[in-house]
Amino acid sequence: MKHLTSPFVLCLLLSTMALFSADLHGQAIPDVQIKDMESRAVSTAQHISEAQGPVLICFWATWCSPCKRELNAYADYYREWQELFGLELIAVSVDDPRSVSRVQPYVNSVGWDYSIWLDPNGEFKRAMQVINVPHTFLVDPATSEVIWQHNSYTDGDEDEVYEQLVILAGEND
Amino acid sequence: MTKIVSKWLLGLAVLCFCGGALKAQDLSGNEDQGYITGNVQVTMQTYNADSLIGAVVPPGKTGFNAFGNLIYTKGDFSAGLRYESYLNPLLGFPGRFHGTGIGYRFARYKKGQFDVTIGNFYEQFGSGMLLRAYEERNLGIDNALDGFRLIWRPVDGLVVKGLYGKQRMDFDSRLINGPGIVRAVDAELDVNTLIASLHDSKTRITLGGSFVSRFQAGSTLSVDTLVLEVPQNVGAWGYRANLQHKGFQANLEYVTKINDPNADNTYTYRRGEGVLIGAGWSTKGFGVTFSGKAVDNMSFRSDRNLLLFDLPINYIPAITKLHSYNLAATLYPYATVIQGEVGGSAEVFYTLKRGSKLGGKYGTKIAAQWATAFSLDTTNLTGVEGAVYGYERNSWKPGSELYIRDVNIEISRKISNKWKMKYTYFHFDFNTLATPVTTAYKGIVRANVHVAEVAWRIKPKHSLRTEFQVLTTGIDDDGSKQDRGDWATVLAEYTVSPHWFFSFQDQYNYNTAEGESGLHYIYGSIGHIEGSNRIAVGYGKRREGIFCIGGVCRAVPASNGFELTFTSSF
Repeated sequence: MKHLTSPFVLCLLLSTMALFSADLHGQAIPDVQIKDMESRAVSTAQHISEAQGPVLICFWATWCSPCKRELNAYADYYREWQELFGLELIAVSVDDPRSVSRVQPYVNSVGWDYSIWLDPNGEFKRAMQVINVPHTFLVDPATSEVIWQHNSYTDGDEDEVYEQLVILAGEND
Repeated sequence: MTKIVSKWLLGLAVLCFCGGALKAQDLSGNEDQGYITGNVQVTMQTYNADSLIGAVVPPGKTGFNAFGNLIYTKGDFSAGLRYESYLNPLLGFPGRFHGTGIGYRFARYKKGQFDVTIGNFYEQFGSGMLLRAYEERNLGIDNALDGFRLIWRPVDGLVVKGLYGKQRMDFDSRLINGPGIVRAVDAELDVNTLIASLHDSKTRITLGGSFVSRFQAGSTLSVDTLVLEVPQNVGAWGYRANLQHKGFQANLEYVTKINDPNADNTYTYRRGEGVLIGAGWSTKGFGVTFSGKAVDNMSFRSDRNLLLFDLPINYIPAITKLHSYNLAATLYPYATVIQGEVGGSAEVFYTLKRGSKLGGKYGTKIAAQWATAFSLDTTNLTGVEGAVYGYERNSWKPGSELYIRDVNIEISRKISNKWKMKYTYFHFDFNTLATPVTTAYKGIVRANVHVAEVAWRIKPKHSLRTEFQVLTTGIDDDGSKQDRGDWATVLAEYTVSPHWFFSFQDQYNYNTAEGESGLHYIYGSIGHIEGSNRIAVGYGKRREGIFCIGGVCRAVPASNGFELTFTSSF
């Protein structure tokens, strides 16, 4: 196995070096088949590519306090962001089989108007390289690529999201 | 010779993959050339001896866990690998994880109706009661399958999955799979998508069915005076249905398994069965959900001789919810009693309207849950029957032994633009014989937990969040405190959005059964966040406890030392 490990390590290093040395375009949205809260099948890449405005993808779970603080904070501004930027917020629940049935009642009770996707075995989470929740991505509708991302949530991060939306709107004008 | 050739072929494939990836990067800007994504997580910890809290120093004095994922995607093709390092593993991780190397690799191709994966993959059928290959990397849990998977979508609304593979069991500078072979097929039908006239119906129905089989070589077992053959092929199957109508949802899943003598059921030949039922209704501002679960002998592993976290093929979710506050989450966390249990839960969510007398200016959110689980209603068999089958189940009614009762209520309110408050109360009746989370007490621990959380936005981007938690245990008839007595936690977290956080925590154990003087566990940390990069350093004491993620728990020993964590993704 040692013979095999060396080329693996070499490839890993070279690929990473190439990644950081190249003039990268943004991360595209991988195509994963998951479901929304109404049990409808969703093709992630297709949905994002059809978006008319910027898309904010937030990975969260019902057991994750910072995730709920983040999405409750965005809820205060969501209507305004929709009107100003045409934003769609997709909250991707990574609740596993233990808690996935809590998603719909929780979401409706707090009144979120977001699109809700369910990712109970973490397939979309892995494809998006999310390690811990909350993790938030902003997608440019012109290219369907991630232009900004943020891991964790602290009070006031919504200001950063707003600033990024303003920058994106300026670039796409 | 064949082994060497296959290794080199695999190496060549990886080289091609990496070469393609490099080329892709060189030609960035051309969307057709593909792209690479990845992530990294590193955790390093030093250990100091601390006899007060029982912290020990491992021979290597430090622990180091790290992993990095790389995925290359070009159109419908993707391939990836995960490089892992355990040098040596952090305490609390499986001690047998050692070395550094590739722990996961796959290639996947999607074209038209077909989606093919070779190498490692994760998968879940229904709720996972028959098959769930998944990872909880921070707990060292990873039962990824290694083999071949085909997903076929012959028509819109129908998904058929078939797979053959072995499961990841261990890591010693390379992936080590278990001995069993898992074969499985699953079909799921979205009735509304399949039948055009139902596309826009407000009632949505999904049906599914699965069959999973494990092969593991075996010979005979001596039971009482009998010599019995061990079933080398064990089949399990199940059916599921999901119904949604506007705000109403209901789901039902039934699974069963043929006789499977294994370490979990002390090598008896009973069949296994399990039922999961759920229903809920919600509308803007209100939600309610009910669930029931009954499982009997449904432990299913790809090695019949293993226990605990090793090589589970299926996943049986616990009836209680996962708590996030430290004392409620880590002292008495409940995990399903895998041999069998009957349980139920009910939960209500309600938001008092903004501007109402009770709701206040911004509204008030309330959530309350009751959940409980009992032993099965069984009669032990005697003689040869008892040796072969163990017991018989009389009904699906709860048995006489309480495993868990968890009642909790949470009230949260935004007071003003600067202040938010939350109060949470928990009550646990926790059977430590059924779920042995402590060695200090055997029986039912009665615990009450009160948590007050206050968040203060000091000025734009500057916030202070504090938690005050108290856990008290019951007093037994002899006047002694249950388990390890009472606990209190104070947490303060100062954040400067979006880049910095500073936190301080003191956890205090007092009123112990032994009447010892109180123990403080003080821990401080500082961290910096830059986009998807996060680095944090911490120093202090951590008590031994149960660390849970997503319904799976692992015991973590006490520690005293310095910890560095770094996560990044691109």
